[in-house]
Amino acid sequence: MNAYLILFFLVWIGGWWINIRLSHVEQSRFTKVLIPALFGLVVLFMWELIVIGLEVNPVLLPAPTAIIVKFSNSLSILWIDFVQTLIKGALSGYVLGCGAAFLTAVAIDKFDFLKRGLLPLGNFVSALPIVGMAPIFVMWFGFDWESKCAIVVVMVFFPMLVNCVQGLELVDHSRQDLMKTYNASYTETLLKLRLPSAMPFIFNGLKICSTLALIGAIVAEFFGSPIKGMGFRISSEVGRFALDMVWAEIFVAALAGCLFYGLIAFIERRITFWHPSHQK
Amino acid sequence: MISVENVDLTFETNDGPVHALREVSLEVKEGDFVSFIGPSGCGKTTLLRVIAALESPTTGNVSVNNMVPDDARKAREYGYVFQAAGLYPWRTVSGNIKLPLEIMGYSSAEKEERTKKVIELVELKGFEKKFPWQLSGGMQQRASIARALAFDANILLMDEPFGALDEIVRDRLNGELLNLWARTKKTICFVTHSIPEAVFLSTKIVVMSPRPGRITDVIESSLPAKRDLNIRDSSEFIKIAQRVREGLKAGHLDEDL
Amino acid sequence: MKNFLGNSNIIPISVIVFFIVAFWYLAAIPMNSEKVSRQFKNLTFKEHVDKSWNLKKPKLPTPHQIVNEIIKTTFYKKINSKRSLVYHGWITLKATLAGFILGTILGILLALGIVHNRAMDFSVMPWVIASQTVPILAIAPMIIVVMNSVGVTGLLPKAIISMYLSFFPVVVGMVKGLRSPDQMQLDQMKTWSATQNQTLWRLRFPSSLPYLFASLKVGIAASLIGAIVGELPSGAISGLGARMLAGTYYGQTVMIWSALFAAAILAATLVFLISFLQNYTLKKMAIVR
Repeated sequence: MNAYLILFFLVWIGGWWINIRLSHVEQSRFTKVLIPALFGLVVLFMWELIVIGLEVNPVLLPAPTAIIVKFSNSLSILWIDFVQTLIKGALSGYVLGCGAAFLTAVAIDKFDFLKRGLLPLGNFVSALPIVGMAPIFVMWFGFDWESKCAIVVVMVFFPMLVNCVQGLELVDHSRQDLMKTYNASYTETLLKLRLPSAMPFIFNGLKICSTLALIGAIVAEFFGSPIKGMGFRISSEVGRFALDMVWAEIFVAALAGCLFYGLIAFIERRITFWHPSHQK
Repeated sequence: MISVENVDLTFETNDGPVHALREVSLEVKEGDFVSFIGPSGCGKTTLLRVIAALESPTTGNVSVNNMVPDDARKAREYGYVFQAAGLYPWRTVSGNIKLPLEIMGYSSAEKEERTKKVIELVELKGFEKKFPWQLSGGMQQRASIARALAFDANILLMDEPFGALDEIVRDRLNGELLNLWARTKKTICFVTHSIPEAVFLSTKIVVMSPRPGRITDVIESSLPAKRDLNIRDSSEFIKIAQRVREGLKAGHLDEDL
Repeated sequence: MKNFLGNSNIIPISVIVFFIVAFWYLAAIPMNSEKVSRQFKNLTFKEHVDKSWNLKKPKLPTPHQIVNEIIKTTFYKKINSKRSLVYHGWITLKATLAGFILGTILGILLALGIVHNRAMDFSVMPWVIASQTVPILAIAPMIIVVMNSVGVTGLLPKAIISMYLSFFPVVVGMVKGLRSPDQMQLDQMKTWSATQNQTLWRLRFPSSLPYLFASLKVGIAASLIGAIVGELPSGAISGLGARMLAGTYYGQTVMIWSALFAAAILAATLVFLISFLQNYTLKKMAIVR
């Protein structure tokens, strides 16, 4: 039993004990961030200690410190990959796909027949492994970011469409009747009542699609990519057993995912400030 | 003002046809305050919605200000107040009041003026920039009424506007509504299922009963136009209330099925 | 939303599907025209169209080509032959189900821990929620390769990927569900001096079922994707994902599409089964009438 493993158990028990004490104190915004942060730090420590203590092969599981070092040494590569996959592939697909879905939802809003047909289909398609179409899109659009953008568009289109259509439908009946008593036109009712009312659903769709876009762009690259991009880097570095680089890329992906989602949630809070879920 | 002639309305529902209104006839004169009272299913809300052109009768004629209801709707001849205030939570109080004015194309200056006037009428001064969820239920309803008064409709259709409020707030709003009526001289059709409310507010009380929905009694109130809440203890009030109660019981007895 | 049969939406759906298929056939003509012109000369228009719809390695295969391929590799091959779609589908399905069941059980256990233990709630739940915003699937190649190098191959690494993909939706859904009874009902339990266990089994758990089933549907679709992606790194030998990749290597587009359709059918069937289970259970509990 070496010193590292003893430290491992001490850190584990100590960290857990601190968190238990903190949980029973009166909660503030500070503690709500502190406790999970502490938990995360303890996990990182334990990871480091276990890798050193059990002398784990760095090819299998690198220590956090090794990953941090690799990360700071590879910033330029990471940046290139980030731009290729997330900006060119994911973001463009996200904007195109969600935009198209929103416009389609508004277009078919007047046609009940279309809605009744497309909505079940949309739910059905949302459950399918669309990522599997990656090789097909590579064949049609080439290896570069365009095919990844296309995959993302297909992945986000239907979940976003379903959410937007639902949001436009679920408008209070008496509010719609009120608009009738004002003899408001379809467009006026759409702009002044139904769109604002649909915002919570629209943002729900945007949030769901943000993760889908990231996954789609990265996984699509597993099927083929020019010599850059996060998915490409991950699969090639895995092949070379340079796992510290893989973890560095995953860290960038995780960070990007959190920040992107957080940004959308932030905008959502400003626009749907009136929704009960945002009030105490 | 409002004339209802032999209106019949049957709804087709999944459980079979529902005879919501049977041979309903009624005259409402200018400046009247008419209450519709009855238990659930008696058709009072349906009748109000027919007048508002939110429903169409199966047979019969309705005329509002000498127009067919739908034309009256297009000409914005009435303001409608729902039971749930139905204010838009993403607009402030004054934003909500301006909503019909925006749709009807009033100029900015007019919008400001009318909003100001109507907020004072319902005593919501100081709350213009608040959001509906920051107001109490009573205040939300007042905002809803203000919204209905903002444009120049001389008819007000109100569907149980105070139903969700407690009795103390309700009494106060009843008094305020009567004042408003006296000042603006509108014609008001008011749906309620509270007997004291109906008797207190109205010049004419229409008692309705369900299955099928029909009018069982029309009472011309003998109470003076100017009244306060104390009138509820007067013998005249009690007599009228009793008559309403009789009408409700009678309707209950000869329901079909 | 998912009751296909006996639903008044059957007509609009069928009409739209018909138009999609029609559009597909029309699109195949321009998309395949380059290949047709390269392979055949002097065709009439009708012959051109016919060839577009029946190329050996088309850019856009037509529905009947895909259906034929599926029928050929499903019914006309021995089930354990390496060319049988059933064989490959089964490989993928095994990993999906294994991962899904593991992920669900672990997810429910973690949810129980979070709901009953404050420290776990405050420490772990924020990370679970945050993990939903992270493209976890990016770890898949690493997991496969690392496990292979320590000798763990075949089903288990793929199942592990499927497991953590279904794990998180289940945790989030179950926590919401276990917390769904309102304060009034919880107070009622208190007045009966119910223990935490009794409250769990008699109130929280039944109330959580609608949420659980919703998460299971998300989870199983995610598990399937995990299993397919997990088949990519290890040189692609067996499973539907492997078949898709093999199709790309050999330019066999019809093979890719048939594997994709098979995966889609699998996904739809699995989600449908859970929906069915959901309706049955919730009807029995009279939550849904």
